[in-house]
Amino acid sequence: MNLRRDVFQAIADPTRRAILLLVASHAMTAGAIAANFDTARPTVSKHLAILIECELLEQRQTGREIYYHFNPNKMKEVAEFIEPFRKMWDDRFNKLENIMKNYKPKK
Amino acid sequence: MEQKTKINIEDGKQEMHITREFDLPLDLLFTAYVEPDIIEQWMTSKVVKLENKKHGSYQLQKKDDQGNLLFAANGVIHEFIPNKKITRTFEMENTPFGVQLEVYEFESLTADSSRLTMHVIYESVAQRDEVVKIGMIKGMSMAHDRIQKALNQLK
Repeated sequence: MNLRRDVFQAIADPTRRAILLLVASHAMTAGAIAANFDTARPTVSKHLAILIECELLEQRQTGREIYYHFNPNKMKEVAEFIEPFRKMWDDRFNKLENIMKNYKPKK
Repeated sequence: MEQKTKINIEDGKQEMHITREFDLPLDLLFTAYVEPDIIEQWMTSKVVKLENKKHGSYQLQKKDDQGNLLFAANGVIHEFIPNKKITRTFEMENTPFGVQLEVYEFESLTADSSRLTMHVIYESVAQRDEVVKIGMIKGMSMAHDRIQKALNQLK
């Protein structure tokens, strides 16, 4: 299995990215994750299954509940993630530049 | 075309350098970092507190339409030299990313252009790498706002 390709495919989907962002902030149960989306529960379950399959999420039992944890270790080679990270900063700086080009100094 | 934003991330180091050249005079670039209403426009977060001075501190927040906290960050300002330098800490609350130390250096290139150099130091190599990976997930959305929209549907 080409795991790296699978990771990229997994995060190509906006709902799965939103799930990862949620869970990266704090571990959650499947029910709590599903409650955060308008989509049907089985659809969310399918997304969770894909994220677990490519090991971006881990399940851990806490008491009677199963919590989903984000597992950033699966994204192994940091070098491969630098360009999207650079692009994110580039977009942010472009926005800053555009705002300031229209800025009227308070003189 | 040459890239306007450059990022230098070396294997095994707990730091990164981000450099960007702007088609803006130095004072306008610096203003974008010190005026709360301008920061709110390009950071898309609310500036709850911002004391632009040595030993000052700041707080940023982003909430959804229902008032749920989506993002909260804070830090202290260690050094503040107008049009030249800001040294501060940055911490995203309720995340595993720890505190980072940020050194911003602002310099003039021509009357209409300037350069920002950011040196960011993390608590560990692992934390730096996780920030890059998370940024990647966010960066893959065309804009922050798209994710924001997805998150806004929550709860």
